[in-house]
Amino acid sequence: MRWTWFHQWGSPKWFYERSGRWLPWLTAAAVVLLAVGIVWGLAFAPPEKYQGNSYRIIYIHVPAAFLAQSCYLLMAVAGLVGLVWKMKLADVALQQAAPIGAWLCFVALVTGAIWGKPTWGTYWVWDARLTSMLILLFLYFGVIALGNAITNRDSAAKACAVLALVGAVNIPIIQKSVEWWNTLHQPATFKVTGKASMNAEMWLPLLLCVLGFYCFLGAVLLYRMRTEVLKREARSSWVKAEVGRLVEGRA
Amino acid sequence: MNAVRKKRLYIVLAILVGVSAAVALALSALQENINLFYTPTQIANGEAPKDTRIRAGGMVAKGSVKRSADSLDVEFVVTDFAKNVTIRYRGILPDLFREEQGIVALGKLNDQGVLVADEVLAKHDENYMPPEVTKALKESGKLPADGEAQQ
Repeated sequence: MRWTWFHQWGSPKWFYERSGRWLPWLTAAAVVLLAVGIVWGLAFAPPEKYQGNSYRIIYIHVPAAFLAQSCYLLMAVAGLVGLVWKMKLADVALQQAAPIGAWLCFVALVTGAIWGKPTWGTYWVWDARLTSMLILLFLYFGVIALGNAITNRDSAAKACAVLALVGAVNIPIIQKSVEWWNTLHQPATFKVTGKASMNAEMWLPLLLCVLGFYCFLGAVLLYRMRTEVLKREARSSWVKAEVGRLVEGRA
Repeated sequence: MNAVRKKRLYIVLAILVGVSAAVALALSALQENINLFYTPTQIANGEAPKDTRIRAGGMVAKGSVKRSADSLDVEFVVTDFAKNVTIRYRGILPDLFREEQGIVALGKLNDQGVLVADEVLAKHDENYMPPEVTKALKESGKLPADGEAQQ
């Protein structure tokens, strides 16, 4: 097997140049998808039969909850790559993804609570889905705190990678919680196989929102990683040249 | 992949498998406690403790909701299509509460097997339907018409 495509990621300079080319496209895609998806979902999609307009919070809640879990899986993969291949960029990705994931998780929990009050009659209930999602938020806090608490960068990277990997066990639990146990949270509307329990004019804007959130996550993550790469590689000549170019370009 | 990386990969995978197994064992041991509510069948089989607050969940049986004329008292039957539990409640019901809707009630079982609830939560299912579609389905006879569908 050829591993060159993989080993390229070991070079921060290669990443910096390549991500610079991807960024404008990702940002543009995020803006367009989110604008169309959210306006369509919030203003033009039909109201739901029983919930009326309050169901529209799914256009924020579902993508945020989805992405919070995807973001954690990304951190676990980065942790694996960091532990096995000792790639510097993997630690950058892990550290920079954690705050984004924590915010997404927080948004999912808050929007869920706001929707829960009129629909269920309560903001919070300790069922398996809600509790496992709260644990995910605490795992994010754990990774962020651990990364900041250890001053030695290599030890911090190793500790965070292990926590991200071990915490990934929670992701299938979140996914399956609504099937394994009696919960107040409804089971998944969208299945990998079979028809979605939702009308096309409702799920199309939702699909756009989910894709938009993915592009948004990708763009924000790349921005954060590029800044961190510049910070960590500050002594290398290419970073000095790049920073010089950026500063002069602005002035 | 060189030997050192392969070894590290195996160690990491072994840790992951170990943690997964430990979590799986813990969760299966806690199986009963993680369930949010008891189903009517579990209550009928005596699995639910008496004289402590429990949650019962199921579908509100069609035609079973009896509202009191001069108070907020309401009595209804919750079913899982095998067994039934009668629930008594005084208070304001959530917007989504209606017949054939999944609900979870929190309260104590009394000697007659009636759950005296102090909290009723509506459970939304995974189906989302725009009102026009529901109307069309009803007209074509694919969906049973329910007289007092609340908006």
